[in-house]
Amino acid sequence: MPRIVVDVMPKPEILDPQGKAIVGALPRLGFTAFSSVRQGKRFELTVDGEVTEEILAQARNAAETLLSNPVIEDVVNVEVVEA
Amino acid sequence: MTELPLIGEAAAIAANPRLAGATIGVVTFPGTLDDRDAARAVRLAGATPVELWHADTTLRDVDAVVIPGGFSYGDYLRAGAIARFAPLMSKIIDAANSEAKLPVLGICNGFQILTESHLLPGSMIKNDHLKFMCRDQVLRVENNATAWTGDYAVGQEITVPLKNQDGQYIADEKTLDALEAEGRVVFRYVGFNPNGSRRDIAGISNAAGNVVGLMPHPEHAVEAGFGPELGSGTEGLGFFTSVLNKIVGDNK
Repeated sequence: MPRIVVDVMPKPEILDPQGKAIVGALPRLGFTAFSSVRQGKRFELTVDGEVTEEILAQARNAAETLLSNPVIEDVVNVEVVEA
Repeated sequence: MTELPLIGEAAAIAANPRLAGATIGVVTFPGTLDDRDAARAVRLAGATPVELWHADTTLRDVDAVVIPGGFSYGDYLRAGAIARFAPLMSKIIDAANSEAKLPVLGICNGFQILTESHLLPGSMIKNDHLKFMCRDQVLRVENNATAWTGDYAVGQEITVPLKNQDGQYIADEKTLDALEAEGRVVFRYVGFNPNGSRRDIAGISNAAGNVVGLMPHPEHAVEAGFGPELGSGTEGLGFFTSVLNKIVGDNK
């Protein structure tokens, strides 16, 4: 069953408090190579059957209207992944 | 809604038939917490609360609507994001934008729902310190020309409880400048910014002033002995009396 993957990230200009907390925790475990972390969201939309252009357009529309809030987030990727 | 016994010394306005005829809808979503307190505040202010369920498709002719706090749909996806698409919300959005300009107050999660609904600009993200915070919070009233603040004076400081984790108000600089220029910053945090909100903003309104949203909880400061110790403890009641005066005034 094919899936449409949607990746959403906080906008670059918006401070990501969760990413900040994670970057603070990494060195405590010895992971010292990372200077910054930003936390986003990944959605997997399963499609019964073939992913047509129309279905992909629906996914893009859903990504902009429900899955992300354009005030604080960007949809950075919408792609089809075959199972 | 069942009659609630009044505990403490009720600050209710003496029965005024003109006010008692006014109805204020209180919306309940799955996960709403503060609907009972909001309904109680409406009653203490002298009006009749009307229960509205998120799946309803009618506003039951209410004169105003309160969207209370809580964790609608468990805050899944983003706070307020799923509630925004409930059947009742489209009715509220239409009524708020209509010529009748239905007064709508969003408190805490209700404020988050109003921004997700695009009735108010900007958005809330996690508090800058990442923790849930509960405290009595001093606010300054910056605008008393909205439907919900007419009984306050500009510059008046009030103390009401604040309790949230996603309370950091953000918007781009252009939006913030426009809000300030148009007098749409309705409340600002005083003395301490509890969540990192831009420009100490605690609450804002739409351009018409009928839609107001804020993170702190006026409905928890309406009854003597049960509100914040600082101040009278009932300094949130003015929200509800303000809208009633507005409704009654409009119906004259």
